[in-house]
Amino acid sequence: MAKLELKYGNHACAEAAILAGCRFYAGYPITPSSEIAEKMAELLPKKRGVFIQMEDEIAAMGAVVGASFAGLKSMTATSGPGFSLKQENLGYAFMVEAPCVVVNVQRGGPSTGLPTQPGQQEIMQSLWGTHGDKLIPVFYPGNVQEIMEETIRAFNWAERLRTPVVLLLDEVLGHMRETVDVEQFEEGKFEVWNRKMPDVPPEEYLPYRPGEDDVPAIAPYGTPGYRGHATGLHHDYTGFPTTNPEMCQELIERLIRKVQRKQPEMEKNEFYKMDDAEIAIITFGTTARAAKTAVDLAREKGIKAGLMRVVTVWPSPEKTIEDVAKGVEAILVPELNMGQYVLEVERCSRGACPVYRLNRANGKIIYPNEILEKVEEIARGGK
Amino acid sequence: MAQVSASEIKVPPLKKLTNYPEKLAPGHRLCAGCGASIIIRQIYMVANALGYELIWANATGCVEVCTTIYPYTSWRSPWIHNAFENAAATISGVEAAYKALKRKGKLPTDKKVKFIALGGDGGTYDIGFQSLSGALERGHDFIYVCYDNEAYMNTGIQRSSATPKYANTTTQPVGSKSLGKEQHKKWMPEVAAAHGIPYVAQVSPSHWKDFMEKFKKALLTEGPSYINAFCVCPRGWRSKEEEGILIAKLAVETNYWPLFEVENGRWRVTYKPKNPKPVEEFLKRQGRFKHLFKPGNEGRIQELQEEINRRWEWLNKMEEMTREE
Repeated sequence: MAKLELKYGNHACAEAAILAGCRFYAGYPITPSSEIAEKMAELLPKKRGVFIQMEDEIAAMGAVVGASFAGLKSMTATSGPGFSLKQENLGYAFMVEAPCVVVNVQRGGPSTGLPTQPGQQEIMQSLWGTHGDKLIPVFYPGNVQEIMEETIRAFNWAERLRTPVVLLLDEVLGHMRETVDVEQFEEGKFEVWNRKMPDVPPEEYLPYRPGEDDVPAIAPYGTPGYRGHATGLHHDYTGFPTTNPEMCQELIERLIRKVQRKQPEMEKNEFYKMDDAEIAIITFGTTARAAKTAVDLAREKGIKAGLMRVVTVWPSPEKTIEDVAKGVEAILVPELNMGQYVLEVERCSRGACPVYRLNRANGKIIYPNEILEKVEEIARGGK
Repeated sequence: MAQVSASEIKVPPLKKLTNYPEKLAPGHRLCAGCGASIIIRQIYMVANALGYELIWANATGCVEVCTTIYPYTSWRSPWIHNAFENAAATISGVEAAYKALKRKGKLPTDKKVKFIALGGDGGTYDIGFQSLSGALERGHDFIYVCYDNEAYMNTGIQRSSATPKYANTTTQPVGSKSLGKEQHKKWMPEVAAAHGIPYVAQVSPSHWKDFMEKFKKALLTEGPSYINAFCVCPRGWRSKEEEGILIAKLAVETNYWPLFEVENGRWRVTYKPKNPKPVEEFLKRQGRFKHLFKPGNEGRIQELQEEINRRWEWLNKMEEMTREE
């Protein structure tokens, strides 16, 4: 029997974080993500966790890295301008391998943009916002139930890979009340991962010596005997800075590799009526909800449309997109931006079929009939 | 630094001040009873009377959002919004460019113009603090005005470093084990004064003469000034809309919000209530302090009273220490 509860998107995110073991939250008020902070302020003290409101977004991200070093599962949530401010510390977290979850409840951008309206304009920023080469897992739920699943999954991958994970929400999803089957979130019914701890005695301990999975077992700072050093500079296994070219190259390659090699396991998509589809719609988040309806409407009109909803946005499902491209006549990528993920879809499809776009950045959602129109146009052979 | 010859320039009587055209147009969407628009209009009254044109940089916050809902604006002055954290940096650029253009003869030199950065307590005490500190240190010719309503009201009443101890906010909520915020309010004007800038003042719209006199000094000051204005927020404080000025008055009469100024390093408490009222008078009209009136919490009110006394004594000591012989 399903146990149904009506949940508010942003609150669901906070509740799931607690379930995943999050015991530290540092944040700063910003629309439309503030309710996550408010909920965490209420829930964390009851779990003997820590909630801190910091003086700005930069400090909030800094505190998250610090708490992660100290051994706590840590999180922050923000939106547009706040996500931009967090970027330097997000890059630091990637470099020093501090597991944490950063939620970005996307609003319309750039700059102040459209604070109370939806946008999907941080697809690229989630990955490339902070300077330097990197690969950060980015998850993108499409309903409130999935907000809970993906929040837990974000913490699990952050811990497993010792990396920041970005969770992208749409403003309309964060502010949506929807039925959630909470049975799967009962204790023991879902997976919880914790970061690995060193299995060597202190005298053999090198904080940044990676295991076979390319992930180092860094002891929480302050663990007696396990002395460590962390720096945003390139570093060797000791954690101390190095300019040794081989070591620097190996570090960056490993940081990217440790995420990339888990891509198949991390990949998550939803396929809807794709078996015989001739036109595939590839999208994510709430735009996929409109796309799903558009698929049904198109099929009523005799157009074989299908949907691939990407949940793990980065690392992208390269092979899957290529396979989809090979099996259809055209791909349409509707997104609430001026064309971001479409670039990745074009790359992954390797010219197997034409890729069309449907873009919008005016704070309005894309409606099913608009996607339908585009699908019909493509079916007619136009674009 | 030019000496302020404030005493020679008089702010006209209130009746005359109201004859000047409104520069903050009605129709903005600030809440009923909001203190911010009152503060801005009082600022304009002085500027109008003294013939100054104001150029504003507004940090993200209630005022920015509510006065500029596109395609409308309430501002009958040049006005710029950049982001949350950088009103002081933005006005620094505007002021520096204005000076340069004037120097090159591209702008008239005979105009009386003053640059103002306006922010709430979040945009001033917290996220905008670094930008403010930098602008004060560089010595731009501008006035920073903080309308301090003691929390992040624009995003839904989250605590700020201006929120007083024990106030109820959404990120330090009151509950069976929590009494609200755990820290006292930051002494922001004192921090601004520590930059050694020519003029700092704390004002309340309830004491408008004091307010106007101080804003006049800020206008006449060459270099940076900082004005900290008490700003009621009926929505965030859970107070009655019509009691705003009364609460502001009580804030002053209880010494919760001391009116003082720091002029070229000299501290002066500009209003000293003969018989300061107990802080309860100020607290009891606001829902955010409601829990303090439950039996068993008397000590908490006492604690707030002690913090008020501590600051009051400190300010008076500063006044004494820096008094002109």
